Amino acid sequence: MSVNFELNGRNVAAVAGETVFHVARREGIEIPTLCHKDGLDTAGNCRACVVEIDGERVLAPSCCRYPSEGMKVDTASPRALSAQKMVLELLLSDMPETAYTRDNEVDQWALRLAVGKPRFAPRRQPEADLSHAAIAVNLDACIQCTRCVRACRDEQANDVIGLAFRGDHASIVFDMADPMGASTCVACGECVQACPTGALMPARGAALPVPEKRVESVCPYCGVGCQLTYNVSDNRIQYVEGRDGPANHGRLCVKGRYGFDYAHHPHRLTKPLIRRADAPKRGDFTMDPDHVFDVFREASWEEALALAGGKLAQLRDTHGAKALAGFGSAKGSNEEAYLFQKLVRTGFGSNNVDHCTRLCHASSVAALLEGIGSGAVSNPVMDVMQSEVIVLIGANPTVNHPVAATWIKNAVRKGAKLVVCDPRRSELARQAHRFLQFKPDTDVALLNAMMHVIVHEGLVDETFIASRTIGYDELRQNVEGYSPELMAPICGIDAETIRYTARLYAKSKGSMILWGMGVSQHVHGTDNARCLIALALMTGQIGRPGTGLHPLRGQNNVQGASDAGLIPMMFPDYQRVSEPGVRERFAAAWQVPPETLDDKPGLTVVEVMDAIIDGKVRGMYIMGENPAMSDPDANHAREALAALDHLVVQDIFLTETAYLADVILPASAFPEKTGSFTNTDRTVQIGRKAIDPPGEAKQDLWIIQQIAREMGLDWQYGHVSEVFEEMRGVMPSIAGISWQRLEREHAVTYPCPAEDHPGTPVVFTEQFPRESGKARFVPADIIPANERPDAEYPMVLITGRQLEHWHTGSMTRRASVLDAIEPDPVALVHPLDLAAMGVEPGATITIASRRGEVASYARADDSSPRGAIFVPFCYYEAAVNKLTNPALDPFGKIPEFKYCAIRVIPGGEVAEQGSYGGGQLLEPPVHSG
Amino acid sequence: MNRAVIPIAVQGASRERKRQAPKGRRVDPVALAEVQALLGTSERRRDLLIEHLHLIQDRYGFLSTAHLAALAAEMRLAQAEVFEVSSFYHHFDIVREGEAAPAALTVRVCGGLSCELAGSGELLARLPVLLGRDVRILTAPCIGRCEQAPAALVGQQAIPHATPAAIAQSVSNHGVRHQSGHGLKHDTAESVSTLVPDPMVDGYGHPAGSAVAGYDYALLRACYSGEREVEAVIAELEHSGLRGLGGAGFPTGRKWRIVRKEPGPRLMAVNIDEGEPGTFKDRFYLERDPQRFIEGMLIAAWAVGIDEIYIYLRDEYHDCRKLLATELQKLHENPPVPRLPKIHLRRGAGAYICGEESAMIESIEGKRGMPRLRPPYVAQVGLFGRPTLEHNFETLYWVRDILEKGADWFASQGRNGRKGLRSFSVSGRVKEPGVKLAPAGITIRELIADYCGGMLDGHELYAYLPGGASGGILPAAMGDIPLDFDTLQPYGCFIGSAAIIVLSNHDTAAAAARNMMSFFRDESCGQCTPCRVGTAKAVDLIAQPVWDAGLLGELSQVMRDASICGLGQAAPNPVDCVLRYFPHEVGA
Repeated sequence: MSVNFELNGRNVAAVAGETVFHVARREGIEIPTLCHKDGLDTAGNCRACVVEIDGERVLAPSCCRYPSEGMKVDTASPRALSAQKMVLELLLSDMPETAYTRDNEVDQWALRLAVGKPRFAPRRQPEADLSHAAIAVNLDACIQCTRCVRACRDEQANDVIGLAFRGDHASIVFDMADPMGASTCVACGECVQACPTGALMPARGAALPVPEKRVESVCPYCGVGCQLTYNVSDNRIQYVEGRDGPANHGRLCVKGRYGFDYAHHPHRLTKPLIRRADAPKRGDFTMDPDHVFDVFREASWEEALALAGGKLAQLRDTHGAKALAGFGSAKGSNEEAYLFQKLVRTGFGSNNVDHCTRLCHASSVAALLEGIGSGAVSNPVMDVMQSEVIVLIGANPTVNHPVAATWIKNAVRKGAKLVVCDPRRSELARQAHRFLQFKPDTDVALLNAMMHVIVHEGLVDETFIASRTIGYDELRQNVEGYSPELMAPICGIDAETIRYTARLYAKSKGSMILWGMGVSQHVHGTDNARCLIALALMTGQIGRPGTGLHPLRGQNNVQGASDAGLIPMMFPDYQRVSEPGVRERFAAAWQVPPETLDDKPGLTVVEVMDAIIDGKVRGMYIMGENPAMSDPDANHAREALAALDHLVVQDIFLTETAYLADVILPASAFPEKTGSFTNTDRTVQIGRKAIDPPGEAKQDLWIIQQIAREMGLDWQYGHVSEVFEEMRGVMPSIAGISWQRLEREHAVTYPCPAEDHPGTPVVFTEQFPRESGKARFVPADIIPANERPDAEYPMVLITGRQLEHWHTGSMTRRASVLDAIEPDPVALVHPLDLAAMGVEPGATITIASRRGEVASYARADDSSPRGAIFVPFCYYEAAVNKLTNPALDPFGKIPEFKYCAIRVIPGGEVAEQGSYGGGQLLEPPVHSG
Repeated sequence: MNRAVIPIAVQGASRERKRQAPKGRRVDPVALAEVQALLGTSERRRDLLIEHLHLIQDRYGFLSTAHLAALAAEMRLAQAEVFEVSSFYHHFDIVREGEAAPAALTVRVCGGLSCELAGSGELLARLPVLLGRDVRILTAPCIGRCEQAPAALVGQQAIPHATPAAIAQSVSNHGVRHQSGHGLKHDTAESVSTLVPDPMVDGYGHPAGSAVAGYDYALLRACYSGEREVEAVIAELEHSGLRGLGGAGFPTGRKWRIVRKEPGPRLMAVNIDEGEPGTFKDRFYLERDPQRFIEGMLIAAWAVGIDEIYIYLRDEYHDCRKLLATELQKLHENPPVPRLPKIHLRRGAGAYICGEESAMIESIEGKRGMPRLRPPYVAQVGLFGRPTLEHNFETLYWVRDILEKGADWFASQGRNGRKGLRSFSVSGRVKEPGVKLAPAGITIRELIADYCGGMLDGHELYAYLPGGASGGILPAAMGDIPLDFDTLQPYGCFIGSAAIIVLSNHDTAAAAARNMMSFFRDESCGQCTPCRVGTAKAVDLIAQPVWDAGLLGELSQVMRDASICGLGQAAPNPVDCVLRYFPHEVGA
């Protein structure tokens, strides 16, 4: 439906939802705007865009006025123009002398409208607020347009920025007019991106100089897969901006926006290193990045590769194919993952290849493959915008998937009902319709009780069950014994709330379940996921937009790495190694004899460590992973790694794992290479090279090929696209995604069977990729955690991540801004527990389990339930995985990171200067090459 | 490997602080318990935020950031959301960590023009020495007691014709009653119940300070019983020519018809945020006959089909609040008719802008009183997004008379070709200031002579403000213009709420304009550029002895043309009038 009206004497048409401003812009008519920004709600407060409408007493703001039939609008009448200019003059009169941005929109419009020197005396200017590590606040340039408020509140929904006071005292504030650095600001930088005058800018003038080039890429951190732009000068990333990708639409979080300078950190490995003969390996080492050459010596690439690959080949030839194992990385590209697994399968000769997916969602993937035939998500995160009910369980996306969390918050504000189920009270609990703070480790009890209600109240979708599933009867019988009344004392949620939540979920037009590692990292992680799948199947809450299952993937490319076959039981595209036809297909594609491909699943991450201790695995090639920090019972893992005959580590920093290597190969950081990455939504995107690797560091794809050559394989891949083209030849799900298409479209979501296929954000609409096309119910019963608290170890340890630090911290603790925001190792303890222990907040505590102990600072945080302590695992000086329990889920082989018994002893010593920079900017490295 | 060199500035939170607790201000358990105790079982709904802030301010005498953080947590709001609202309103005193609390007792001396003419400046100069440091003395924007100028509020007690001695006496009374200072209920409506002694009665012979005994809501009963029909009632109102008496003058009957056509549920909002300097008619009638207003309100709700009514009363009218609350309680306990709409009494918090209809709606919703952009209009999308019938107090006050005496009775009043009655709030240099119920269309000279006992001795009419602060200023030479809606526009003025301030040969129009423009600067919500920046720049420009007429003219034009609401659009009126009618005062 369009509206015809007159614009500056022309007859024009506006479509529904188009403002006068939009039509004018479309028609090439320029109107100044300041408070308007595409993507944000209109505010109409700056009044720079006022226009004259025939018959109206006053001028109208074109940015929020919708034309009506026959309306006569003049955007440049003398009256309109003089108001526009006067608004600009008023704002200009209060602008500071100093420019904080290259693009001050007030200046730009004033120039274009020939507004001269302002005739009004300036206001009294506020002081600068330079308290935040990432963002400089100069409110002397503020025009109260509230773009930052809307960015913070409406878009990112962080609710930190407000417009306080009134009249000419009206001011942007953080929380309660606190210094930004002391506020609850999470430094997503959305406000900076929104500010038209530079009142909010990257700190230290980082964005003032014009960059030499802008490179379109994606974020290297989490699985959300935000598209971003690197602004580069002098082979350094100067600053980062959000780009309009399908998962982020311009939004970023603190890591994506400010966590880039790790690539320039002086700790970067720039030359191959070989372990010195006089430096024996010890599992109980202490890292000292300043004395690397006590342990290693520099070597040429030739020597390092010969030693690295030669020794691996020798071990294979002496002890057999299974004496070797390889860990690839979910941080690497699809192409790197693919080549790495191909190297292990065809060069090492076994399926002993795995990566950190084992430590995050292996159980979810096991349950999903078993139940619905695919390990990936059914719907993208963005689908929450179409949901009526959103169930978030065992996930803390404001910390771990911050931009995904913004969509959830947006959906809630649009009216969706959010149910947060978590033993910890995350930030999203405040926005939740219901918050079920169940007791740790009781997921199955809670979920089975919900299913009990759904069965007993007749809320099941009989048609869906009959036509699209098998095994419902077993499930129904199994949940019989799990009435809400029986389960309430076990899970700590009253029966009525369980009933309410079950009804809410089952009855809604569309319910999405999103989950994270709180579900998966248990010995019953697979069972937890089975329950979630059963919930969706029995109510038919899957297979439509806004309805489905979404395990929030952790790493930027954990989906892609698994897809590419970087797992021990499957070839690329989840084709089982044990199936004969499959092996034949890959043998043909890879031009190797079928019998050379191992038909037994290989060892998983934790199993490899045990196999080393047992003497079965003797040599390893680890690319970009840090099991010495990330594996459970890290002391054990470190002992295992130290016991290897030969360890080759390929990384960008001297990680804890690299410290135990025989050969270290200096690799490239994310922005130093091009490759494709697959996010949690199954969307394949391109990361593009923005800078050169430092010194003699090499791109990973090249290094893998060199090792392959040393192992006797003759690979001749040139450009990364050649690898991708081979992949899509053996992976039907991405068959329709050509490299050119990816270059052109930036993002394509698989399954995409043909090049003219648009991609498939929502799957399982007709059938499930299992035999007979039907999904399968798998009942689950309560299995307690492997290690329960007892008199000796009375408390529970929950591990995880924090907003500013990624995983083991090797990148983020070397990113100056992130490290400045979170510089010290902390353990989050309930304030009442702290008081009971007689420990002051901020004091040191020592946390001990049966496997080890670490000291860190006790942060009073009531988001942890009483009796449970949450510790991020990013701090090498307080490596909490020394404490965690390596007990495995029998199906996913995932360790129980979310639960082990501990005790807390007041006192202890934390390394004085723990981090790799201590919140300081570091001088650029001196290149030796 | 080289070393770190450039420390990143982090003045915000020390490293030590980061170890202790997560980002930002934490909720203090003691403060939380205090807030929970204060709120009791009341709902934690967002729209009650301002009511909850009042509870804390009344109880503790200020809003500590600890209490604000606790309130935010309790209401599941962000701290910024609570702070931006509490910092918007004059009557909330935010005290940050480490800051001193304000004195236990606050004296607000009215700085409105009428009180300024009556010597509030002198009062303000003398009070500090007299009252000492234990009492905080503030200049308040017009407190709606212009006929009692100079007026002041001691705590919540109004002091008419304030003298230093009267204020000191009231202060010492407070001291006697509440010796312990902070943390006591020294400032609540419950503890101060003395209504201002006021000999004036309204047109029905009701004295101030109590409701009418034995009021029976007969007309309302007739409506509910079917004796009166909706259509006939609306037609009667249309015929009477009754227009919105808050100042905008929208025909009342037509408004009822418009809102009645909107889909339900429909809401009603009653504006008793009488803040236009010089205006005190609503208070005057409310103090004397609250039921007449309530009956009019309920008839409007009945006719339009209203589900819930929100009454927004300015915070300065503490005694009225008590009176009204009592009457509403009686109504609730003993309803004259079945199925009365739910009535909410909401308390302003010191913000002139909340008299603007959409700002008032924002304030009722618990937000900053920032006017909304229109369209959509309040009748379609108003309170809580629902179609809303919004009325000024006095408009509803006349409903009963019009229906009882007939539309013709009302329409037949009037002088100089105008129809109806107007309640003029007259103050300034006249002998008998007060609310004057007079025919619409009366001239200022007639009003002064026939209703106000003439000018004060020794004073001659020099100028007059026909419509409060925003209605402009006219010279004595233009004293024969009929005062009504639509008659003053040709002269750059308007009647608004019919607040007449009379200036004499001892006054200047420029000083009045300076008073008004400072008022607008202080009361601008700060949302739009022309008003926020414009009022501040205008105050600077007119502080000069000689005015830059050219620049002021351009500034006026952008404020009139491009401000969001009536405040900014009308703010230049006094300045423009000075330049037009009194150029000799400012060398222009």
